Amino acid sequence: MPMDESVRKAVLAAVPSLRAFAISLCGNVDRADDLVQETLLRALANIDSFQPGTNMSAWLFTILRNHFRSEYRKRRREVEDSDGHHAESLKSQPDQYGHVEFREFREALAQLPSDQREALILVGASGFSYEEAAGICGCAVGTIKSRVNRARTRLAELLHVNSAEDFGPDETTRAVLASGGE
Amino acid sequence: MNERKPVGQQNPMEATAARSKKVNAKPAKLGRDVQARLGQQLRAMYDDVVNQGVPDRFHDLINRLDGSGKKDPQ
Repeated sequence: MPMDESVRKAVLAAVPSLRAFAISLCGNVDRADDLVQETLLRALANIDSFQPGTNMSAWLFTILRNHFRSEYRKRRREVEDSDGHHAESLKSQPDQYGHVEFREFREALAQLPSDQREALILVGASGFSYEEAAGICGCAVGTIKSRVNRARTRLAELLHVNSAEDFGPDETTRAVLASGGE
Repeated sequence: MNERKPVGQQNPMEATAARSKKVNAKPAKLGRDVQARLGQQLRAMYDDVVNQGVPDRFHDLINRLDGSGKKDPQ
């Protein structure tokens, strides 16, 4: 049975952001794409439980987040370096994983407790409201707010930024890259 | 590394100041400019992936599911 055109559109529209969220959760592009694929399979198999008129993106994020929590963290160590998976992911990283100027930021982000990281990403990057983020993470709105605050504070510590000027070297790198210079 | 003193080495005045700061501030107060820059970096990193659009494998997946109505090809 073909899927509803509006469902199809909404699902495809959510994919880029789902990938960005998945990469921030599992820190690996290939595994993130598998996570997104499994999320879509689950979602479409259970599309009847989606309430039309509600936020499709938030619904998909919830499924992805729960799936990641239940499975990926367990599997993380097992799949490492089996059947050339690791080499392949290294190869694909320069293009897909973000440019080099995000490395420092990404490493700092990776050091945050996962609760804080996901809250910060959902609110600060995915554009969800505190209420929506709370719904996705299955916790209170106040909890999300405090996680986001703590994540920001910790990130500033890890990056050693006390004022905007402290972003200096990275800014220079980015400006050079943006202008296409060497 | 050496900018931050371990707690044990703080003099009592500093320790008290740090403690009362912790109590008063909700986690801690970041300057608005710092928050804004962190936010910019976060979004830039995220959008870098978002701007890659929808990879072929997901178009293929949706088309396959759409066409066959199968719930799970595995």
